This record gives sequence, C-alpha cells and structure tokens, in this order.
Amino acid sequence: MEKAIRKYWPAFLLPTLAAFIIGFIWPFVWGLYLSFHKFTTVSKTTFVGLSNYVKVFEDPTFVSAFWFTAKFTVVSTILINIIAFLLALALTRGLRGTNVYRTVFFLPNLIGGIVLGYIWQILLNGILTNLGLPLLALDARYGFWGLIILMCWQQIGYMMIIYIAGLQNVPGDLLEAASIDGATSLQTLIKVKLPMVMPSITICTFLTLTNSFKLFDQNLALTGGEPAKASQMLALNIYDTFYARSGPQWKGIGQAKSVVFCLLVIVIALVQLHFTRRKEVQQ
Amino acid sequence: MKKIVALVLALTLCMALAVTACADASVYYLNFKPEQDTQWQELAKVYTEQTGVPVTVVTAASGEYETTLMSEIEKSDAPTLFQVNGPVGLANWTDYCYDLSGTALMEHLTNESFALKEGDVVKGIAYVVETYGIIANTKLLEKAGYTAADITNFESLKKVAEDIQARKDELGIDGAFTSAGMDGSSDWRFKTHLANMPIYYEYKADGITSTGAIKGTYLDNYKAIWDLYINNATCEPALLASKTGNDAVAEFVGEKAVFYQNGTWAWNDISALGAENLTMIPIYIGVEGEENQGLCTGTENYWCVNAEADQEDIDATLAFLEWVITSDEGRKSMSQDMGFVVPFDTFTGEYASTNPLVAVDTEMTAAGKTPISWNFTTMPSEEWKNGVGSALTAYAAGTGDWDGVVTAFVDGWKTEYDLTH
Repeated sequence: MEKAIRKYWPAFLLPTLAAFIIGFIWPFVWGLYLSFHKFTTVSKTTFVGLSNYVKVFEDPTFVSAFWFTAKFTVVSTILINIIAFLLALALTRGLRGTNVYRTVFFLPNLIGGIVLGYIWQILLNGILTNLGLPLLALDARYGFWGLIILMCWQQIGYMMIIYIAGLQNVPGDLLEAASIDGATSLQTLIKVKLPMVMPSITICTFLTLTNSFKLFDQNLALTGGEPAKASQMLALNIYDTFYARSGPQWKGIGQAKSVVFCLLVIVIALVQLHFTRRKEVQQ
Repeated sequence: MKKIVALVLALTLCMALAVTACADASVYYLNFKPEQDTQWQELAKVYTEQTGVPVTVVTAASGEYETTLMSEIEKSDAPTLFQVNGPVGLANWTDYCYDLSGTALMEHLTNESFALKEGDVVKGIAYVVETYGIIANTKLLEKAGYTAADITNFESLKKVAEDIQARKDELGIDGAFTSAGMDGSSDWRFKTHLANMPIYYEYKADGITSTGAIKGTYLDNYKAIWDLYINNATCEPALLASKTGNDAVAEFVGEKAVFYQNGTWAWNDISALGAENLTMIPIYIGVEGEENQGLCTGTENYWCVNAEADQEDIDATLAFLEWVITSDEGRKSMSQDMGFVVPFDTFTGEYASTNPLVAVDTEMTAAGKTPISWNFTTMPSEEWKNGVGSALTAYAAGTGDWDGVVTAFVDGWKTEYDLTH
C-alpha cells in the first residue's frame, strides 16, 4: 500500500493541487498584482504603486465598516457558540424526539444567505412597524441586531451538530469515573466535558469568527449598508468600492481593500487558532 | 513517433483554423433593459434566419449591468455591442468604444445631441428617448372633481393633491400619490429622476450643462415636492424605507392612488388601466414660470460597439444595427413591441411609437411646452445618488433632517466629483 502511494502520489495529489492553484493561488496572486494597478477590466492595467493602499486608509467608510464588523464578529461568535453548545448539551441527553429537534435546528443552515436576508428583512420590518420603531434601513442599531439574529438563526444549528459530535466522543469511562468521584453535573461539564470537546470549540470558533468577519450576502440583503453605510460590513464595503463607483481608480482601491481584508482575516484566524489549540488536551 | 506527433499537431492546427473559419463574424449584444429581453431575442432569431449571422442577446439582471459587462468583456467572445448610460458611465468604457461616426446609425440619427461624443469621436448613440413625469389616473381625478388641465404649477398640484388626500376615504383610495418607495427597486425615481429637477433649474439659471460643484439653489423646491409626495401618499412616511417599485405599481393599478411618478417605460406595467384613463403631467416644483414646463425627456441608453472586438465582428454588429433601424421587422419590433421612441429618421409613419404616454409628451411639446432635459447623467457617481437616497429616506422617516439631504446633495457632489476628476 505504502509502496503504491509512493509510486503514484502525483495521481492522488495533482487533481487537488491543480484545483487549489487554479481556484486559489492564481486568483490570489492576480488579485495582489491588481491591487497595485488602476484598471477597468483586468486585461488592461496601469501600474500606480502603493497609492491604492494609501487611499484605503484615508477612506473613513472602510474604517467605520471595520469597527462595525469587529463588533458584529465579537457578539455573534460568542452568542452562536454558547447557544449552540447549550443546545448540543440538551440534545445529547437522550430525550425523546432528539433527532427531530436536531433536524429542525439544522435546517436554517440549508437556506442561502440572500434568501434568509430578505425573509428576515420582511419579518423584522413587520415587527418594527407594529412597534412604531424605525425600520431596519433607518437605524444601524436595529440593522446590527437584525444581523445578529439572522446569523444566530442560520449558524447555531450547524455549530450544534459539531458540538454534538464532540460531546458524543467524550469517553464514557471518564464520565463514569467523574460520577464515581462524586462530581456534580456542573463539575463534570467544566472539568471533563469542556476540555474534551476543545477541538470542536476550536473548529466552531474558527468557523463563526471567519464567517462573521467575511459576512456579505446577509448584510447585502438585510440592510444593504443603510442608513448611509452605517450598517455596512467590510465585504460589502469592498464590493461597493469596486462596483458602485465609476472610474478605473476605484477598482484598484477595492482590490487593495480586499488584500488588506484578507490579511486581517488570516491574522485573526491564526491568533484564535493559537489560543484555542493551546487548551486542547490529549485523550 | 516524432512523425505521429507532428501529424497530430498539424491536424489540430487545421481543425483550429477550420473552426475559426466557421465561426466567422457574429454579434453579441449585452442588453440593458430586462423589460425588452423577449423582443430582442426574437429579433436576433429573425436576423439570423435571414442572413445566417449568429446574434446572441444576453440581458443583464436589473442593477447588474456594469458587473456583468465587466466580466463579459474579458471573455474571448466578448460582447460586440453594449451600453453606457451617459457621460459618467462612458468614463469607465471609453477605451472600449469604437468610433461610430460615419456609420448608418449616425446618418439616420435625428438629432446630433443624441450622440455621445468625446471631441469629434462618436462613442455612443442613443437608441431610445424616454420621458417621465407624474402619471395621473384621470378617472380618479375626475371623480374628485378635477381634470389634468387644473394642474398647471406646483401650487395647483399641491392644492389638488392635498384635497384628494383629505377626501381619500370618500374617494375610496389610500392616498393621492403612490408610495415613494426607497427600496432599491424604486429609489432611483427620487434620488435620480426627481433630483434632476433642481439640477435642471440650477444649470439653466447658471447657463451651464454640467458642474463640479452644485450650489443647491433649488433645493427648497426639491424639499417642497418631496414633502408633497411623502405626506400625501398611500402610507406613512416612516414606512417608505421598505416600499418597493412593485408596491407603487400595485397601488396605482389597483386604483388606490391618483398620481405615480414614473416614465414612458412603465407603460406595460400600468396599461391595464386603459390609455383613456391615463395622462402624464410635468413635475412642478414651484419655480418661476413653470407653467410652461413640459415633461422630462432624454435618454440614458447609448449603444456602444466594442472596439476590442475583431474587425469582422464590428462590421457584423454595425450591419445588424443598421438592419434593426431600417428593416420592417426591426422597426416594428423597436417601436411597437418594445414601445420605444427611437431617435432615428427611419421611424416615421406606422413606426412611430404607439405608447400613449409618449403621445402625451408629443402633444405637450407641440403645444409649446419646454421639455426638461435629463441632467442626471451628469451626476458625479452612483455613490452620490446613494448618499442622497439615504438622506431622503432618513428625512422621510424622521430619523434625519433636511440638512442631511442638503449636505449629501451639495457637499457630496463636490467630494464625489473631485474623487473622479
């Protein structure tokens, strides 16, 4: 077997590698190249040096979008993970109808972000109208919490499934030993279950953190950045820079923004992985 | 072995040549107007049947034209025919525009002002002239005891609208105006088309045709008309943020409102009401001498031929366009099926537009009213329009004040203009 792999490794590796290069490396390098240029279409470009990057940091909308995104990411990551974990705990106790509940909680994840965004826009606007409050597009606070509700609704089910898998993998003998030692259920949870599901926590925080930070569809559909860009997140800000402006210089600036954005996501994800990995234990 | 390789290579080369030879010239039109997609597809089919030249028509989704064009034009079989919306739109695509001077299109054009020029180079040619104003349901207007002739300036418009609004229950309607929805499907009616009014009058007063810094001389008038729209509508002003274009159409066609600001292109949506019950009145904003004002007439649809395409494709495209504006099939399709007013001298007699809203405009111009030109093509950017739109929405809902609109309009113009120049 090992011999076969040693001999035929290109056959196994190459398709994935090719896909990775075509779908990731090449566009990435091309994007990096374009961020130093002025262009309307990517085949006709003019080199402009670092000026696109200078303009990115001079743009107040980019900075405000960053803070909005940061706040959103913190709140949604915490809420989604806590609620998903609690649900997972509740649904691993062997209650009746567990499978039905798991399915129900997971279902929202199967609907696309744009569709969800529009559905929730109608729902939330309906509620706000009845309460006599300004609509989503008029007040960034409602836009913010609307996005949080939407993301929770969509993501909790998925994270719950990962946590359930983690909880089911906690060895029975450890739990048994804990109960023989007289640990309360809270102690078992904190001292045994939590350390054992640390890998799931790493994955879930990674997914929620990066998903929230990169959020686009839901933002576009739910608030569209209104009022006056106050609920605009980074990805939408980049999209707007690229498409809502006329003149070739904006494309380059949008491209530079997305390079900065990419670096931000990488840094945040690496820091998070570093911290949660440290807490993982060997079984 | 080598021989075989050489043979295979030679064969491939031949094949490649043969394929390109077969493909010949073709036309690829990236259409901007989703309302007319079916008609263009049919027209393309007829042309291919008659001449054998393949014509592809692709229609970009509403609001996605620039995005679609940007990716399509990179392809090896890029659009040979595309559209820009005026001088601002042209800025993006000027390198891709083939010089149309001396073409059949240019020869048949009724008025030089419908050509989009840069110096002496003709970059684009308008193919449809459109008109907008306040579409009124005359049946309801008469029920309320008025006729369209009673409305001759802002004052009388305001009087009629407010009276109708006050008696809406008696008249069985929800409001004088349809909801001025600020959803993306409808907000252009106000942040672009209505905003044209103060811009037009300012340009006229200053004797200019575009500017880098708008003064906002007529913004009080803009406020007056906007107040009239939002306070005499089918819904509370605070709800406008989520109202869509379809909402307004439904209210108007359902005879729940008397006035609906839109243009000749909306005819298909509202034709159910019957031509005899519809008319269009100018958008009066309370400027001195506006009794003589006509409807807003202009274009934001210019055909451009892709200069990067192969010469034979360019020729094929020009031939196709000439056929469209001179053949019976093309003229019938454009004027009757698409309902366009086409600015070419080949569209006379039976090929004049049958759109009743267009007829209103023709009558008004004949009666000596001055048409309002479309100056919104000089708005500095999409970004500027969005800023004004947001401010209008916030003002309507009470979460912002009118100063916000003034700032977005005046300061925003300068900022955006400086950024793009």
